Amino acid sequence: MSAPFLYGAAGIILFALGLWSLLVHGPLLRRLIALNVMGGGVFHILIAVAYRGDAQAPDPVPHALVLTGIVVAVSATALALALGRRLDSGDGDD
Amino acid sequence: MIDWLAITIMAPLLGAVATVLAGSGAPLPGAESETDRERADRVSRRVHRVGLLAILASSAAMLVATALVWIDGPLRSELGGWGVPLGIAISADGLSAAMLGMTALVALGISLYATGYFCRGTISVHFWPLWLLLVTALNGLFIAADLFNLYVMLELLGLAAAALGALTGSREAVSANLRYLLVGLLGSIIYLLGVALIYTGYGELDLGLVRASVAADVAAGDGMLPASALALMTAGLALKAALFPMHFWLPPAHANAPAPVSAALSALVVKAAFYLIVRLWLDGLAPAATGAGAVLIGLLGAGAVLWGSWQALRAARLKLLAAYSTVAQIGYLCLFFPLLVEIPPGPLRENLIAALLLMALTHGLAKAGLFLAAGLVQQSAGHDRIEELGGTAQNLPATTFTIALAGTALIGLPPSGSFVGKWVLMQGAIAEGQWWWVVVIAIGTLLAAAYVFRVLSRAFGLEPTPTRFVTEVRTELPAFLLALGAVAGLGLGSGLVWDLLASAPMGQGG
Repeated sequence: MSAPFLYGAAGIILFALGLWSLLVHGPLLRRLIALNVMGGGVFHILIAVAYRGDAQAPDPVPHALVLTGIVVAVSATALALALGRRLDSGDGDD
Repeated sequence: MIDWLAITIMAPLLGAVATVLAGSGAPLPGAESETDRERADRVSRRVHRVGLLAILASSAAMLVATALVWIDGPLRSELGGWGVPLGIAISADGLSAAMLGMTALVALGISLYATGYFCRGTISVHFWPLWLLLVTALNGLFIAADLFNLYVMLELLGLAAAALGALTGSREAVSANLRYLLVGLLGSIIYLLGVALIYTGYGELDLGLVRASVAADVAAGDGMLPASALALMTAGLALKAALFPMHFWLPPAHANAPAPVSAALSALVVKAAFYLIVRLWLDGLAPAATGAGAVLIGLLGAGAVLWGSWQALRAARLKLLAAYSTVAQIGYLCLFFPLLVEIPPGPLRENLIAALLLMALTHGLAKAGLFLAAGLVQQSAGHDRIEELGGTAQNLPATTFTIALAGTALIGLPPSGSFVGKWVLMQGAIAEGQWWWVVVIAIGTLLAAAYVFRVLSRAFGLEPTPTRFVTEVRTELPAFLLALGAVAGLGLGSGLVWDLLASAPMGQGG
């Protein structure tokens, strides 16, 4: 079994675990972590795709995609946390 | 040569920054002194002026881009002079151009309305930057020619939309939009997994290149990878487009947002996710499209038409009715898929694509008009419970007329654009021998007539004849013009959509 295959398979497993956790858990924090684990799974696959053998440098495009994806995931998590705090603080019923 | 496509993204983006700067110095919420209130009004007026200017500039650029596509055919521009596959291209064919044009008109209407609707307090300071960011993301999505760029725009759209929906800060609005945000994130991640699969298979992201590679693969009898990627992407987007039964998040999120935001969410944001499904099925991944998948989309669409219309009929509140009607209208658009996959390229297929686009555009204008009008009813009556709306026709004659016009387009009565669209759809279904879709359309239309007339029959009370037709020009007129555009403009001028698609056929710009 090759290393890229192992990485790719691990990515799929992470994605599935995250999806399962997102669907069965209620609390916002657990759901957000689950979404981030799913995202991590996809990034895992993209990083594995970049491998082009030991002789060649890895493909830079997937790395750029993953960096962009991380920025997006951080912003989305921040917005969700802000909305969640607003709900928890209880002053949101005006 | 001016790059109008790039301007459609840059103008609203710079406008968003400008409105943030213009909104600086606004007093914090809760500040109640006389000077604070005066300062809030001053800042709010300034933000309205800057925002309106930015939207005017953006809409002008979008309409110019639409006109250019119409006259010269597809537009394409490679940003920074970097060609594919290394660079990122933006392009506009007939489909993109039509969506840009519709967005420009709806955005103008919503913005004018917002200057009247958000006239108190500092809510405008928060509305304008997010709204301009939303327009940026919409335009970026319509002209992106790259699978990953589409993902980024999709996420940006979801973030701006969820933040806008929670603008009032009320408990229902925040929790509904938090759910919307999470569902949207799930949808985008599933879409991204599809993108990762495509990149694994082909090492390409540009729609044109991917289409060629997928076609070669499918011709060689190996369509497993693109088909699973298409399935994943469609599933993710269906969540965002609120395709039945994944629509559960839409009614609370849309019904609890302020009226201009509900209009934008229902008319534009849901349509953007649907646009992307169409783009993938008919352009980027078209060779991998399978009949079984298309029938599944059609069946879900049929479920959406029946369930959405039924729920709209039972809705207690006007805005909830409008939100469920959006679920049903997305369903109609999905009914086109099983026909489009079966029919070989030719005039019948082109007719169906044009009809699909026409129905999407009509719904965009009509639903924006309906939500804006519902907002006025809510403001005037203090609530939007349909049972207690007696006398609305007397208090707000122009708004009632707007609701009736928008309802005409939702039912699909002539001369509205959706009448032409449904007509062509039924013709296609009968020509293909798939008569069962016609039954769904007929039942959906009857239910739509029932829910529209349920509202209208309440609106006419027994009070005396109104003396004035228009009560407040700034908010009533944009809603009225949008609804009129859906009925008269797109209905009588439906030939324009055919012209636009003929001058810039799909798959040539990207």
